[in-house]
Amino acid sequence: MNRARVARLFGTYGVLMALAVLIIFGWWRYDNFLSAFNVTTVVRYNAMFALIALGMCFVIMAGGIDLSVGSTAALGSVAAALASHYGIVPGMAAGIGAGLLVGAINGLLVTRARIMPFIATLSTLLAASGTALLLSNQTSVPVSATSGFINVGMGMLWVVPIPTAIAVAAYALGSIVLNYTSTGRTVLAVGGGEDASKLMGLPVARVTFLVYLASGGLAGLAGVLLAALGFAGQPTEGVGWELFAIAAVVVGGTLLTGGSGSVVTTLAGVLLLGTLFNVLNFENGKGWISLSAAWQSVVRGLFLLVVVLLQARLTRSTSQKA
Amino acid sequence: MTDAPPWRSDGALANFDVFGFLARYGTLIALLLLVVFNLAFTRNFATLQTLNVNLTQVCTIVIVAVGMTLVIATGGIDLSVGSIMAIAGALAPLIFLSPIFDGNVAVAVAVAMVSAILVATLCGLFNGWLVAQFRIQPIVATLVLFIAGRGIAQALTNSNLQVFRVPEFQWIGLGRPLGLPVQVIIMVVLVAFAAWMLRRTRFGRSILATGGNERAAELAGVAVNRTKLAVYAISGFCAGIAGLVVIAINSASDANLVGLGMELDAIAAVAVGGTLLVGGRATIVGTLLGALTIQLVRYTLLANGVPDAAALIVKAGIIALAVWLQQQRRT
Repeated sequence: MNRARVARLFGTYGVLMALAVLIIFGWWRYDNFLSAFNVTTVVRYNAMFALIALGMCFVIMAGGIDLSVGSTAALGSVAAALASHYGIVPGMAAGIGAGLLVGAINGLLVTRARIMPFIATLSTLLAASGTALLLSNQTSVPVSATSGFINVGMGMLWVVPIPTAIAVAAYALGSIVLNYTSTGRTVLAVGGGEDASKLMGLPVARVTFLVYLASGGLAGLAGVLLAALGFAGQPTEGVGWELFAIAAVVVGGTLLTGGSGSVVTTLAGVLLLGTLFNVLNFENGKGWISLSAAWQSVVRGLFLLVVVLLQARLTRSTSQKA
Repeated sequence: MTDAPPWRSDGALANFDVFGFLARYGTLIALLLLVVFNLAFTRNFATLQTLNVNLTQVCTIVIVAVGMTLVIATGGIDLSVGSIMAIAGALAPLIFLSPIFDGNVAVAVAVAMVSAILVATLCGLFNGWLVAQFRIQPIVATLVLFIAGRGIAQALTNSNLQVFRVPEFQWIGLGRPLGLPVQVIIMVVLVAFAAWMLRRTRFGRSILATGGNERAAELAGVAVNRTKLAVYAISGFCAGIAGLVVIAINSASDANLVGLGMELDAIAAVAVGGTLLVGGRATIVGTLLGALTIQLVRYTLLANGVPDAAALIVKAGIIALAVWLQQQRRT
């Protein structure tokens, strides 16, 4: 097997292998690592990040970036908490709707005003955060205890936590859209070369708009989960989530240059970062080392470093072959 | 299209390029309008105290944004500045409060400042190394220190708040030689030096050439890699200074808070100031004006009773508008 082939295989399956190794390590080393409680907790709380990373993955594949997802989630959680008193459906609709609104503004800024994605979404990051603070009077907004809204976060669908079920459904849908619809193929074409796509007559503006809309909607949905899991809309939560999502997408092997990527490995990237966090917590519990939250972010940064260095080497060797 | 000024008799005023004019002077005009508005409507605006408040608040942003401008001019971005500020801010008190200097305050403060800024510069150099050597995209390369850097700062201090009262050190944030705050002097010197460097030196031209077209610059003999290393190092250096200023003003260093969100403020100042975000064209004075405009907008709103959250939304609008205007000029 030549080197380029190894590189490509590693690029696709590396994150899955790393995830498998990490899980086996945890199972071997810690007693309750694969207990039902630990597993449901991990997948329940990482569902929010998974949703955000899915939207981010699509935006990045289309050659853009969305920095607004964190504060959009905060805004979504506030909107959902405010509307949760009218029931589950209005609560969810308010959160997702707020997200879609931010996403639509992003899409218009990028496609119509032709502002660079980085700056367009930076400004909506600020605006969404300001709106969330205004709506909530700068404090957390309790969700309704009686309307059943909390079940969206804490409920179970047979053995699967509802947030996890939502995330899995979203990823399944995302994978189908990416691989089996013309919209999905256009996303990759736009990311690969916007001008070429335009010349080929592809609906570049529409698809670009759609990825930002989807990213906003998914961030709003993550906000719904945030409100339901934390029992409150949290206007100041979500700081730095966009960077976590970007890290997950990169770890999942999607290149930031756009034009290629995978939905499934993005999910693996989210799980890898989440499991790493979980393993560090278990290691703390063992008492051998005491990794404070500070050291955990150092470890996460180092982990990202290793991944991007590997990616840099691999992409160079594959591009030399190609 | 000629570059004839619109007021010349041969150039018909009908040809006047509104967008081009606004893109070039919009920030300055906005700043002047804001000043006029405040003079008319905000009470106690024309006082030395107002000037002082605004300048001290904007200083750290400008200091960081100078380095950010250079990085962006090469076509890069530096997300790690806030975390580097936290590292410098955590390190300095550890040194000047440590007992090994045995009460020799002057030496302790000197060692603390030099080593904190040195470490910050090394952090920047690390960013540059990732970008130049491994060709990692700047946004990801600097994401590493964005995540890890604050963790390092928290680990250095065990996430404890470091409180101190060391006038010799805090002079950098509280001193007033000739009635001017020290950090304002630092800011002015940095801005003047960087503006001169960008326009008049070979290094400055290399920065713009790298950002304009990297391949062409390389073929033309520009040391692209070394230029990139240098701008990230400078960005780290600036962030280090800003970190020291912030903790000096606060008389305390909180690794969780120092420099939090600074990368966004700095990038916003650069964007509003008129620097092209894809690189190749940059203006340090524009960055200063951009930062002042954002600061003054916030001050105007707050002074007139608009809540801070609403000011955020206005700030967002200004950033988008400024960049949109520049876009009109390019096309």
